[in-house]
Amino acid sequence: MLNHYFVPNSEFLKLNHPNFRYHFMRIFFIICLSLITYSAVAQVKILTLDDLDKRIANGKDTTYVINFWATWCAPCVAELPNFEKLRAENLKKPVKVLLVSLDFKSKLQKEVIPFVQKNNIKAEVFLLNEPDQQQYIERIDGKWSGAIPATLFVNKKVRRFYEKEFTEIELKNTLLNLK
Amino acid sequence: MKNLFLIGFLLLSSVAIAQTEGYKVGDVVKDFSLKNIDNKTVSLADYKDAKGYIVVFTCNTCPVAKAYQDRISTLNANYAGKGYPVLAINPNDAGAVPDESFEKMQALAKEKNFGFPYLLDPDHVVTKQFGALKTPHVFILNKTDKGNVVEYIGAIDSDPEGENASKVNYVQNAINDLSAGKKPEVASTKAVGCSIKWKKG
Repeated sequence: MLNHYFVPNSEFLKLNHPNFRYHFMRIFFIICLSLITYSAVAQVKILTLDDLDKRIANGKDTTYVINFWATWCAPCVAELPNFEKLRAENLKKPVKVLLVSLDFKSKLQKEVIPFVQKNNIKAEVFLLNEPDQQQYIERIDGKWSGAIPATLFVNKKVRRFYEKEFTEIELKNTLLNLK
Repeated sequence: MKNLFLIGFLLLSSVAIAQTEGYKVGDVVKDFSLKNIDNKTVSLADYKDAKGYIVVFTCNTCPVAKAYQDRISTLNANYAGKGYPVLAINPNDAGAVPDESFEKMQALAKEKNFGFPYLLDPDHVVTKQFGALKTPHVFILNKTDKGNVVEYIGAIDSDPEGENASKVNYVQNAINDLSAGKKPEVASTKAVGCSIKWKKG
């Protein structure tokens, strides 16, 4: 798409031609836009429960620690550093920490991505894309009231769900004792 | 004899535990008396002509509760006249979150032109009685000879963000069922909301 603008074009190359400014601004705009989209895609991906199930099924021996949170949920935000520590401690083990945000989709650009950047979150962050809460809450766990924070420990053999906040030690122990 | 005491004690303690978990569908609600934003107290018994109540635990700050503010007003506008008024209760502690203060509640009610009471629940007494866990959290009560019976617990509808094509209006449907003399077809639903900000200490 950009190539079009780099084809030598006599009119385009005349710097003082009135069209130059317009073309330049347009290219600049497109580059900025693609950078913004790129960083959005790179940092917070949109996720459906089917995507998540596929990921778990393809995970072989990986245990997924999936935390459900939101930028507006104070206890969730408070416990995020514990998940970051768990991730850092298990880099060489088959353990993946996934942070699934339940923020409104309309807040992805304005709230979720800036939050992830500002707090320098290294774990994989997703925004849940499921329209029906009755369905997705039940599908994640039948006992879940919908309150967050909530965390799912899951691999191919075990599935444990907790509607609670976790301390650093509790997280570590729950993962170790997962059977 | 000793065993009887033990059994009695166990029964009593299990009742106590059940109570701390809050009301379930079918339970009879104890009336309350809470301070409204106009400084007057409000009780269920004040509504002599009510057929039932839409009790909503909601607050000033939660983004989910905010997204539902106008829908709560609409519910009151549509159903208060039919005998099912809205009573909003703020379960949050202003000490924990300053923006949940009485003054901020008054300001919000004025700004949004609330046509229903917006009640303060200091020390979370009523919140715990109901077993409200988050904002917004709705309890629909039906006035009967036994007292005010819980008929529905859960969400207002299935569309917090206004983008669910197959939206179901749970509260509206439940009230319509009750008005027709039926039990609500859906008596409880789940929803993501903000946890209650409890008093510290």
